Amino acid sequence: MIKAVMMMNTQGKPRLAKFYNYMPVEKQQELIRGVFSVLCSRPENVSNFLEIDSLFGPDSRLVYKHYATLYFVLVFDGSENELAMLDLIQVPVETLDKCFSNVCELDIVFNYSKMHAVLDEIVFGGQVLETSSAEVMKAVEEISKLEAASNSISLVPKSVSGWRGR
Amino acid sequence: MGSQGGFGQSKEFLDLVKSIGEARSKAEEDRIVLSEIDILKRKLLEPDVPKRKMKEYIIRLVYIEMLGPDASFGYIHAVKMTHDDNLLLKRTGYLAVTLFLNEDHDLIILIVNTIQKDLRSDNYLVVCAALNAICRLINEETIPAVLPQVVELLNHQKEAVRKKAIMALHRFHRKSPSSVSHLISNFRKRLCDNDPGVMGATLCPLFDLISEDVTSYKDLVSSFVSILKQVTERRLPKSYDYHQMPAPFIQIKLLKIMALLGSGDKNASEIMSMVLGDLFRKCDSSTNIGNAILYECIRCISCILPNPKLLEAAADAISKFLKSDSHNLKYMGIDGLGRLIKISPDIAEQHQLAVIDCLEDPDDTLKRKTFELLYKMTKSSNVEVIVDRMIDYMISINDNHYKTEIASRCVELAEQFAPSNQWFIQTMNKVFEHAGDLVNIKVAHNLMRLIAEGFGEDDDDADSKLRLSAVESYLQLISEPKLPSLFLQVISWVLGEYGTADGKYSASYISGKLCDVADAYSSDETVKGYAVSALMKIYAFEIASGRKVDVLPECQSLIEELLASHSTDLQQRAYELQALLALDSRAVETIIPLDASCEDIEVDKELSFLNGYIQQAIESGAQPYISERERSGMFETTDYHPQDHHEVPSHTLRFEAYELPKPSVPPQASTELVPVPEPSYYSESHQPISTSLVSERESSEIKLRLDGVKQKWGRPSYQPTTSASSTTQQAANGTTSHSDGGVGSSSSKPRSSYEPKKPEIDPEKQRLAASLFGGSSSSRTDKKSSGGQKPAKGTVNKPATVPKENPTPVQPPPDLLDLGEPMATTVSTMDPFKELEGLMDSSSQDGGSNDVMGLYSDAAPVTTTTSVDSLLSELSDSSKGNSRTYQSQTSKGPNTKEALEKDALVRQMGVNPTSQNPTLFKDLLG
Repeated sequence: MIKAVMMMNTQGKPRLAKFYNYMPVEKQQELIRGVFSVLCSRPENVSNFLEIDSLFGPDSRLVYKHYATLYFVLVFDGSENELAMLDLIQVPVETLDKCFSNVCELDIVFNYSKMHAVLDEIVFGGQVLETSSAEVMKAVEEISKLEAASNSISLVPKSVSGWRGR
Repeated sequence: MGSQGGFGQSKEFLDLVKSIGEARSKAEEDRIVLSEIDILKRKLLEPDVPKRKMKEYIIRLVYIEMLGPDASFGYIHAVKMTHDDNLLLKRTGYLAVTLFLNEDHDLIILIVNTIQKDLRSDNYLVVCAALNAICRLINEETIPAVLPQVVELLNHQKEAVRKKAIMALHRFHRKSPSSVSHLISNFRKRLCDNDPGVMGATLCPLFDLISEDVTSYKDLVSSFVSILKQVTERRLPKSYDYHQMPAPFIQIKLLKIMALLGSGDKNASEIMSMVLGDLFRKCDSSTNIGNAILYECIRCISCILPNPKLLEAAADAISKFLKSDSHNLKYMGIDGLGRLIKISPDIAEQHQLAVIDCLEDPDDTLKRKTFELLYKMTKSSNVEVIVDRMIDYMISINDNHYKTEIASRCVELAEQFAPSNQWFIQTMNKVFEHAGDLVNIKVAHNLMRLIAEGFGEDDDDADSKLRLSAVESYLQLISEPKLPSLFLQVISWVLGEYGTADGKYSASYISGKLCDVADAYSSDETVKGYAVSALMKIYAFEIASGRKVDVLPECQSLIEELLASHSTDLQQRAYELQALLALDSRAVETIIPLDASCEDIEVDKELSFLNGYIQQAIESGAQPYISERERSGMFETTDYHPQDHHEVPSHTLRFEAYELPKPSVPPQASTELVPVPEPSYYSESHQPISTSLVSERESSEIKLRLDGVKQKWGRPSYQPTTSASSTTQQAANGTTSHSDGGVGSSSSKPRSSYEPKKPEIDPEKQRLAASLFGGSSSSRTDKKSSGGQKPAKGTVNKPATVPKENPTPVQPPPDLLDLGEPMATTVSTMDPFKELEGLMDSSSQDGGSNDVMGLYSDAAPVTTTTSVDSLLSELSDSSKGNSRTYQSQTSKGPNTKEALEKDALVRQMGVNPTSQNPTLFKDLLG
């Protein structure tokens, strides 16, 4: 199962962290720092996989992807497929692509609850639930509609811009 | 900042995020965060906070907590927010509590009621939010409170709800399997859901369930295969495609499930092979997700029973991965290779270069994966290269976690495959030097034992050369700063035992070095203890050889310092040393004899010196003692030495077990087949026989006999080995081993019992490897033969062995061969005696030999019909084979040791390996 989803910037500031098993706050911080210190020591053009038993206990792997100023990190156990997890990172990214135009790092913080809504549609209780970004969009839009109704703030037109990693 | 649309935030929040983002230092960031906490604390306490404002505060709290500080003061507000009717606020509340609280938190009780209500809501978005919260917030106690509603939701009209309900149920199952055990059938039912998404979701819990218990889901094999088939044939709606690949995550899950179901199941494997073949053909290896599926296929194929065509396809896919430029694919390729190599060992050879490339790659992940592969590929021919590489890498990394792992692998490989003892010691030195604090203490003890016992070379010359080289290498290393404590213990011990052994180094030189160690590591009491004991030995050897001992001034001061030590252990050692220095040479020689560390310490567990007294007591009418085992009527294994038997006139201790088998002795068995206990004792004490050999020979003996016989003859003929081990030096050894820290005492065998048999080993072993197993397949057999560590293999192969040895019409059906592990079949065609050996090992390990008896009772008709001639030829065959296997087994020092340890263990447990009188075969074979 998937143990954690993390997003952090290249300075190591956490932008989003979600652990699928409860972790005390201090432990979360420790893990985020640990993951970041491993990630920033990785050279360019190497594999996106890491075995990370030392942080998350036996049989823990990590897949990460580097987007501009952001690291997107998935931590999971041996029952998942590394390559597939790498593609799973693509799903929220594609979805965000559709949600925001010209997404930048701070959008993730400003739209914190939306980010979580997107993630919750994709990964549910540590299992992959949905991999089609169109479906995720549909679900998130329904929630957004309610928001729009209650906030009377119009939805941002979902123009698709090429926000892709590097 | 083009878009803050959607979930709108206030300007304050925006400023907060911005200022944190622009913070130059951690301190500045902390200050900002702390002031934000103050603000929030104040604001949350204000009366009548508008709901929208509250929502924002909660979001800010979540954000703050993600940055580190504790935000527990606001938890209650998040909980309150879940009660709100507004969906948006409710969702925010749920989000915050799932991030804040653990399932055992006190506030959960306030949420359960809300969750129950929300699960019944008409708005499916509310239901989804509640299901989402359930996954994180419900613990074993609260599961029953929501379970009925969740089960109801399995039939919800919205597929999104059904999916999430299944996942929630799955989560319950993970948390507390017993609470939902009666609902497991629901997963099966939902597998047939007409929405593919729901079906895909059920695969997750099913995967878990199947990995717990494969057998109850065998009936689903064909369903899974047909689902996979439909998916690959693009029968699913287009919306399930991901990068033009139909439902890849469902495919991957299915392949994982199939790997579980197909392993060791011929039928299932056959059903699967078709669709697997299709997948290889259809998979698009140009996309990432396509490769993910290909890799999953390789994994699946390595788990199910091997099919040559599929193996070929998998090998092709692997070579594609390895040739790719992408590190990710190379990683997967190496991983796949490691899996496939277990089935077809030859596959690695064609990828040698690619593997070497990966080993030199700057990518750490890839490197580690490659080391893992090499570890699986190691055999005696390549062990030097591989272990050297591993050690180099081990030295280069700082990650203690991985360092420990790789160090223990190095030790394991070195112990298993060491080509020479010199190399072994050097390798161990390196491991100790660089990772000494991380390895298991047993490794150190093994090394000491190895140096002490020698390696079984016939000439003591080789042993002493080796010890000298060890001493020399240690003297070189000893002045290095900061050696690990464990390594220093080994060094001190070896220097004490052998530092002055061949006169190259003077006693004062060695003792000076030892004093340096004790000084330099004065905080480490264990090292100090070892050093003092070593000093004691050095001086003892000096005194014993009649030389005058000059205690160096620094040693003198060390001793004096330790006499007043706080550690009683060190104090005692110092006093002992002081006392020893005052003794004359004869006394010292008896206390600490030269090179006696591995002599046996005779502990007379039988208390035989009391026999006279017992006899008297019995004569005067006392009741004889009945051992506990006899009282419980179990197989009696307490051995009395034959001579003791004469001294004890009554049958007190052996009545039951020795009488029983008598009737089963076949009268037609010629007398020379049946060894009498006493001759066996004498012959064996003169003619040392390794226990492994003995048990091997026994194997051919078993074939001749029916039940019971083995048990009867096994014990008495075995125990002489024990009695032979008593040496004159017993008393002296007590002190030696005391100062050795228990190393000496753990060696259970006198050297005389296995030394003489070593010389013919090396050429023999090589010939064996070359003639029996070309290429990489030898590695596995080597592993297998070493000390019989894998008895299971032998048992698995039993069906294969029997027909080989008995050229009689009774042939087992051919598919019996397929029953064993996949790899075993290839081996069995090569050398049946390997199997035999494994088989014997297992029997001696079980102690009870039931398996063997079971096996041979099957084979019994065969045996009885065999003519005497064929029996004889079989015997000679098997004894030849046995000697071969035995040689390969004892080829390495550590392995012999393992065998001996095992033997000792078996003896301790009171179960004697059934051994046989070696003269029996002499008689038979002339």
